[in-house]
Amino acid sequence: MFFEQIINGLALGSTYSLIALGYTMVYGILELINFAHSEIYMTGAFIGLTMVTVYKVPFPIALLISMAGSCILGVCIEKAAYKPLRKANRIAPLISAIGVSIFLQNLALIIAGPQARAFPKNFKVTTIQVGSLFKISSIQLLILLVSIVLMIGLHFLINKTKIGQAIRATAQDKETAQLMGIKIDRIISLTFAIGSALGGAAGVLVGVYFNSVDPMMGFFPGLKGFVAAVLGGIGNIPGAMVGGLILGLVEVIGAVYMSQYKDAIAFAVLIIILLLKPTGLLGQKVQEKV
Amino acid sequence: MTTATNLLEGQSLSMVFGGLSALDSVDINIKKGEVLSLIGPNGAGKTTLFNLLTGVYSPTRGKIRFKQRELRNMKPYDITKMGIARTFQNIRLFGNMTVLDNVTIGQHCRTKTGIFGAIFKTPSVRTEEKKTREKAMEVLKLVELDDVWDEKAKNLPYGKQRRLEMARALATDPELILLDEPAAGMNPQETNELIGLIDKLNDMGKTVLLIEHDMKLVMDISQRIMVLDYGKKIADGTPEEVRNDEKVIKAYLGDTHKGE
Amino acid sequence: MNAYYLQILTVIGINIILAASLNLISGYTGQLSLGHATFMGIGAYSATLISIHLGLPFIISLIIGGVVAAIFGFIIGVPTLRLKGDYLAIATLGFGEIMKNINLNLKITGGPMGLRGIPQATNIYIVIAAVVLTIFAINRIINSRVGKSFIAIREDELAAEAMGINTTHYKILSFVIGAFFAGIAGGLYAFFFRYIHPSNFGFMKSIEILCMVVLGGMGNTYGAVLGAIIITVLPEFLRTVSPVISQYRMVFYGLLLVIMMIVRPQGILSQDFDFTLFNHGLLGYKKKKGGQIQ
Ligand SMILES: Nc1ncnc2c1ncn2[C@@H]1O[C@H](COP(=O)(O)OP(=O)(O)OP(=O)(O)O)[C@@H](O)[C@H]1O
Ligand SMILES: [Mg+2]
Repeated sequence: MFFEQIINGLALGSTYSLIALGYTMVYGILELINFAHSEIYMTGAFIGLTMVTVYKVPFPIALLISMAGSCILGVCIEKAAYKPLRKANRIAPLISAIGVSIFLQNLALIIAGPQARAFPKNFKVTTIQVGSLFKISSIQLLILLVSIVLMIGLHFLINKTKIGQAIRATAQDKETAQLMGIKIDRIISLTFAIGSALGGAAGVLVGVYFNSVDPMMGFFPGLKGFVAAVLGGIGNIPGAMVGGLILGLVEVIGAVYMSQYKDAIAFAVLIIILLLKPTGLLGQKVQEKV
Repeated sequence: MTTATNLLEGQSLSMVFGGLSALDSVDINIKKGEVLSLIGPNGAGKTTLFNLLTGVYSPTRGKIRFKQRELRNMKPYDITKMGIARTFQNIRLFGNMTVLDNVTIGQHCRTKTGIFGAIFKTPSVRTEEKKTREKAMEVLKLVELDDVWDEKAKNLPYGKQRRLEMARALATDPELILLDEPAAGMNPQETNELIGLIDKLNDMGKTVLLIEHDMKLVMDISQRIMVLDYGKKIADGTPEEVRNDEKVIKAYLGDTHKGE
Repeated sequence: MNAYYLQILTVIGINIILAASLNLISGYTGQLSLGHATFMGIGAYSATLISIHLGLPFIISLIIGGVVAAIFGFIIGVPTLRLKGDYLAIATLGFGEIMKNINLNLKITGGPMGLRGIPQATNIYIVIAAVVLTIFAINRIINSRVGKSFIAIREDELAAEAMGINTTHYKILSFVIGAFFAGIAGGLYAFFFRYIHPSNFGFMKSIEILCMVVLGGMGNTYGAVLGAIIITVLPEFLRTVSPVISQYRMVFYGLLLVIMMIVRPQGILSQDFDFTLFNHGLLGYKKKKGGQIQ
């Protein structure tokens, strides 16, 4: 029973981690809370669903197409709604992001209607018994595997490649990065692309997990992905992964005791962390020279 | 150690940032009514000492007494209310407020209108507001900014902004006023006017602690000079004594040699 | 006047109170809040419950609703106002969601059913009176010693402290006053629509109020009024233009927010608001101001 809850928590948490990565990367590079990220996640779920149901594409391909679609969407949003505001104050892009979010949500409502859709039944769930202690459903296994692969891939990209180096440099100091010959516009777009692809993947996985896809589905996971990012230390990639997992675990275990307050628990954790360690669990303290 | 003539006493003050020791066991005594200057090369810890005296940072070690009272754990606003005011080296005015309002804010801790007074504007509130305004104009006259009272602070030229910083500090009605490089960026004429102004403040009975790089100004105006170098006090005496102090000459010459 | 226009006018009035009170917190005091609707909700629920259970007259219930919201403003403000910039924004968002979650589960608030059958007591005259009083009070505050302290905190918190302002105290005060007026707006809302539900006062509503303030121009009370009018009327206007647009009106609404920000990021009426103060990002203090006190 306990182990099952742990598995449930990790599965849920790893989707939060995937969402959180998008927030954390964008925040790291632009200091913008990209409220439209939850809609990218929702769009990703819809693309995945359409691919599987309408075009009868095998799931792995559908997942990749959905990631590609989300990726394009994310970059378009950045170009259209944030880039013109890069020199503006901090609030304007925030409102712009909210505008995009409202726009996409309602567009989806018109196109797809408010009702929730399900992945087709041939998506069979089997339960795998591991040892005598716990069992794990095939979907959970899928979620965990995909998340782990994506996160390892991202970690490798950020830390071991030249592109990753450019992203880190841009996040740290745009002007200097530019002087060093980094094309920061391209790097910013790339950051959106990666973050959005991960968000889209999370959307598909959650859509399969809860077997439900609808236009409003992005709202809460979006907020929680953001909570996870702050929890781990915003701008910090391993932090987002850890933050998501912790949030998933806390929520699932908390729900055992008071299920109706599971959302409140997530935010209570957030506030406690903010008050005790505002830089998040893994975020480094930036020496505050007053 | 504690004598009635000392307005402020700091004992073995140390401040460590990360691994860097910005101040190391510095003693400072300020006598009532004097003009004391604090000099030293860049990064010597002068501003850090100001930040300790005004409660912006709390010292890693050491204690500060002002008017016989320990300042430990006091917030900057409490310290201001007790009678210490300061200006900032990198001007920190309320840029979008008018010159007059900047000075009005300075009187915050000497006035008391609260939220209900503000909404209902009782006669006593009106009186207080009128008095505040008059006092603010008076202070502005003193620093010769009364003609620009309704300009936004951020639109003033640099020299005037420095004077407004002083006006704002004066409006808190301090006994001790800390000036952090008030002449920085001023032309010789403005600097001369500044000397006159500091003299005037001193005549009004204000005690002044001054950080300044302009040696002419310092020598002209100070009754006493204290020298910091790498966070340590290396000299403390009359301008004459300090001018001839070996360690001071070395600190400054060493500094210039490095610069060349 | 027909009921439809009367309703729009009422909603405009309620939104003006919300926007003007958030503007006090965010525009004048510089504390970004993403949870203003929380206080609206607290006011709505308290006023309704007091009126239903204690049978107190409408106006008294309304004011008590405001006071309860103010008390919550204090309770939430004390821990969170130590945070700056985006951190504060997220903490206020978090409190809002917690409150919504609690309201969805308490028996006394009707849980997910909300509260129905609230007597109709809000009318246009009361709304107009409330708007006028709110604007009057906020203007008086802004021009007083208290309001100047708020603005000083917005301009430079450290310098404000050096001038003898207890910044914590005044930030909380600003939050409490803002919460009070939002609570009043909530009460007016409850007694007008006669039905309240936790989702009326959630994150989306907080965002809507913030949009009004930003659109009108931060730190300008009349900007907040203008923003409230535009954001209220815009979706209604889109509804009436043509049936096609009506169907897409929320889509246009989102699009227009983006366009308006791009065209005029400082808001329509902003005069004296310096946005650099929001540069306290989650990543800490960015180089902008050049570090340390010197
Ligand atoms: N908040 C802080 N965090 C880290 N280091 C600091 C901080 N404030 C000051 N320092 C360091 O402490 C040392 C002393 O700085 P301080 O500003 O007191 O020098 P100063 O004597 O005022 O120099 P200047 O003449 O250039 O103004 C410097 O090395 C500075 O970098
Ligand atoms: Mg200095």
